[in-house]
Amino acid sequence: MTDTPGIWERLWRQPVARTALFILAAVTLAAIFGPMLMPAGAGDVSANQFSPPTWAHPFGTDLDGRDGLYRVLQGARVSLLVGFSGAFISFFVGTAYGLVAGYAGGRADGIMMRAVEILYAIPRLIIILVFINAFDSHLKQWMAGAGLAGLVADSRVVILILCLGLIEWLTMARIVRGQVLSLKSQQFVAAAQALGQSHYKILTRHLLPNLLGIIVVYLTLTVPAVILDESFLSFLGLGIQAPQASWGSLLAEGAEVINPIRSNWWLLLFPALAMCWTLLSLNFLGDAIREAADPRRHD
Amino acid sequence: MATFILRRVISLVFVLFCVVSITFLLIRLAPGGPFDRERKIPPQIEKELLAKYKLDGSLWQQYRGYMWDLLHGDLRLSTKYRNRTVNELLAQSLPVSATLGAVAFLIATAGGIWVGSFAAVRHGAPADTWAMLGALMAISIPTFVIGPLLILVFALKLHWLPVGGWSGFSYLILPAITLASPYLAYIARLMRTSVLEILGLDFIRTARAKGLSDGRIVYKHALKVAILPVVSFLGPLAANLLTGSIVVESIFNIPGAGGFFVSSIQNRDGFLLGGVVIVYCALLVVMNLFVDLLYVSLDRRIRLYD
Repeated sequence: MTDTPGIWERLWRQPVARTALFILAAVTLAAIFGPMLMPAGAGDVSANQFSPPTWAHPFGTDLDGRDGLYRVLQGARVSLLVGFSGAFISFFVGTAYGLVAGYAGGRADGIMMRAVEILYAIPRLIIILVFINAFDSHLKQWMAGAGLAGLVADSRVVILILCLGLIEWLTMARIVRGQVLSLKSQQFVAAAQALGQSHYKILTRHLLPNLLGIIVVYLTLTVPAVILDESFLSFLGLGIQAPQASWGSLLAEGAEVINPIRSNWWLLLFPALAMCWTLLSLNFLGDAIREAADPRRHD
Repeated sequence: MATFILRRVISLVFVLFCVVSITFLLIRLAPGGPFDRERKIPPQIEKELLAKYKLDGSLWQQYRGYMWDLLHGDLRLSTKYRNRTVNELLAQSLPVSATLGAVAFLIATAGGIWVGSFAAVRHGAPADTWAMLGALMAISIPTFVIGPLLILVFALKLHWLPVGGWSGFSYLILPAITLASPYLAYIARLMRTSVLEILGLDFIRTARAKGLSDGRIVYKHALKVAILPVVSFLGPLAANLLTGSIVVESIFNIPGAGGFFVSSIQNRDGFLLGGVVIVYCALLVVMNLFVDLLYVSLDRRIRLYD
């Protein structure tokens, strides 16, 4: 993990990784700037219901006559925001948990890892769903009271980010712990201990820098996992609520209008393509980084 | 072995207890009761309703009462589907979900093991590359995209299979494939890595030196060991299938327990929600115990709790 520039160079040399990075950059830029560049009123309700793709509406229009492209870009904003912020939270929780468990070792480690195993084995998304729906209105009240009234409309997004970040850290914790276990028996840790450094300093100054490579790999793989979770909840109608949209809720709308009488395929296809390209790129990128960072596969 | 099982059963009961308590608290702490949606009801009637559904008294009293009923196997009445017990509703819908889950489980494990070892044996060949590319795509495409697309192609365009519903074997095919595909892909990836690792070990070289054929080496010697990572994934797999089946049931209009889960959250039907969560968790925890036992019996090198 010491030759970070080497990893990036190797990564850049892989055409798959380069393509994935380009796609991700394009999707992110389109999500941020796309809605601003579109003509005003593109996302408004109009009488033009279920129009198939045309030049004016390249992704067609939906039940309320809203432009499909605008909706997909709006959905991209929410999905990407939830994915990246959720992964960021999971990074903090997972890394801290894994560091402490691995460094403490012994009984504490045993109990902490048993807890992780238990969390792995229960249907976490189901519990989190109950949790989100129980606390949403509490959060709204608290926000209104705490001077964050502007955020009330987005309370669903906030609670989704928090909850998903707080459940998707298990794999990260396991991997960090495993690495710490093997690192802490090395001489530089013993040296730091002999010099009388505090546990906190050893964890943050000596162990953490050595873990960054592997953490980046799993962070790349956590983002698509969180995006998937979010869209799962929104697909069921229990995540993002209308009129806000995420890829999951758009896909739910699209799946609803697929029926034997008339299939408005564009409402399903375009959100699906946007989501699959993003997830595929993230997964390919994660795999590529893992391969580039793995010293055993130097050849 | 006996102490191992005993310890696992104790921890199993403990986990279930925690899950039940948390679920109960979350449901009861959420604002808005089950009778809020209706027209304003006179206080006397509301009181009787609350008493009928055992929603009166302090939180602690309610919690104790609920736990006591649960111990007797009583999941109580649904507040939405009036006069029907949660036990009844679940007895009707669970077998459906279980069939779907079991078939998807078989497809995912058998298919994943086959594809993974197939790719590993042809390591580096085009077949390997394509299989792994396909696997990564299947992991990246969520079930709620695969499902509607399969319906569009096989039900609406080709008319080979029914669009949705539940009345026979042909209704099972598309949902089971949809539910299984990402996990089939994941297991294939696990299996490929594992087989590749095993094929480089000494005992395989010995087998080769003895003059065994490649097929025999892989299927009689390597797979037995290489399958272990897959076995340890079976627990999480069951958890994922349970959660995933909720979405698949809603896509294909299957009358399983997953539909009750979604509707009970929307209707604030606390005991039905609690019932579904408890049954799902119990199923999973028991499943995990079996997986652990299977793992131990497969790999004699593992020592439990030293």
